[in-house]
Amino acid sequence: MSARPGSKLEFRDPVRGAALTEALATRARGLGRAPVSVMHVCGSHEQAIARFGLRAAFPPELDVIMGPGCPVCVTDVPEVDEAVALARQGVRIATYGDMMRVPGSSGSLADERARGARVDVVYGVAQAAELARTGEQVVFFASGFETTAVATAAVLLADPPPSFSVLSAHKYIPPVMEIVAEMPGSKIEGFLAAGHAATITGYGVFERFVARHRVPVVVAGFEPLDILAGLVRLVELIATGEPRVDNAFPRCVNRDGNLPAQARLWKVFELQGGRWRGIAHVPNGNLRLRDEFAAWDARKRFAIDVAALWDHAPPALVSQCQCGDIMAGIASPHDCALFGRDCTPDAPVGACMVSSEGTCKIWHQYGGHPDLRQVRRRA
Amino acid sequence: MCLGVPGRVISIDGDIALVDFWGVTKPVRLDVIDTPVVPGDYVLNHVGFAIRRIPADDVAETLALYDELLRRASADDLMAADVRGELDAAGKSS
Repeated sequence: MSARPGSKLEFRDPVRGAALTEALATRARGLGRAPVSVMHVCGSHEQAIARFGLRAAFPPELDVIMGPGCPVCVTDVPEVDEAVALARQGVRIATYGDMMRVPGSSGSLADERARGARVDVVYGVAQAAELARTGEQVVFFASGFETTAVATAAVLLADPPPSFSVLSAHKYIPPVMEIVAEMPGSKIEGFLAAGHAATITGYGVFERFVARHRVPVVVAGFEPLDILAGLVRLVELIATGEPRVDNAFPRCVNRDGNLPAQARLWKVFELQGGRWRGIAHVPNGNLRLRDEFAAWDARKRFAIDVAALWDHAPPALVSQCQCGDIMAGIASPHDCALFGRDCTPDAPVGACMVSSEGTCKIWHQYGGHPDLRQVRRRA
Repeated sequence: MCLGVPGRVISIDGDIALVDFWGVTKPVRLDVIDTPVVPGDYVLNHVGFAIRRIPADDVAETLALYDELLRRASADDLMAADVRGELDAAGKSS
């Protein structure tokens, strides 16, 4: 068992940590009902919450749930299939490390590499473009939300080598929040938005969502104190019944965001509907290359034959994987019979156990869920 | 993947800044940052690009999380590994 508990809960500023913990408890109790569920949509938030044992500091009335905040996890099977098919066709693929083991219809890029395909792990899109400088065709299998897509756009706008192209699995977060808010039986009463994505988009991007769904959104940073401060603000907005966007991360985020970055993002990408793995078809949820960038679009450059991959029955365990429900926030890893037993980081069944931002992998490493209600029940 | 990593700008040459990350100097691209930066500024970086100048008053609060992750976390710590991945996304050390 490689899982182990997160660090002991010690705040960098213990006085402020205690004050925020107390404020959160008082305000959550003041709601007069339980549980009140709020959702964050960022793997880095879940990493910080689990790693620093923050759930032990959350009041019992408050459920803080991770939603579809792992871009690798929501990359759909047909997108992985496209990359696997290209690798089988002999095209060199470069991608982020977590994308290697995400399963497609008949295996992952890691499986293809083991069979001799050329698949390189890179840490950034610029490194992938460098690989193409030799004249060899290199396809960058691109994942990540808008924050990461900005880098892909910047490289495509900076005279990339002609033999470089992009297979985009980039996703755009605001539309999937609408899907989650509209899910039948959704109990989410507020959203904690990811600070660094909002650095790019600005917090104004959530105003339309708040107006439509009457649910508050608070932008929060990643330090434990930032997360607590964001949750205090979110519970305050829930208490007042005031649906609005609030910025609890002003040191990095403003209303309009990073305009030059947005200009590059939308010059290169446009929104298209598409499936997010395990969740739903998300209208406007995918970032795809505009026609003007067809020359660098792997989908236009290559005839990608994915049909050949569909002749495989998925492994039996896949049908039991709860990854979709976990990413939609309606199940937790502990609801999954496979978690930690048949599905581990060494032998993952679903994408949530593959990525460092997947709920299952995070909970597996940090022990995940020091839930005060469970601790009290045991005591 | 959205965690990013802060660093201090040492010098600037066109669209490339040399940035100090905990004693390691690496090139970072400046083409998507929205505020002019000068040597001495701290910037937040993601997959090899500076995306935000960190106001001077806020640097200490921003560095705290990363100090914990880079100095104290074990080698296989998931979150620390993501931060080291961000450092690897910047160019080669100089």
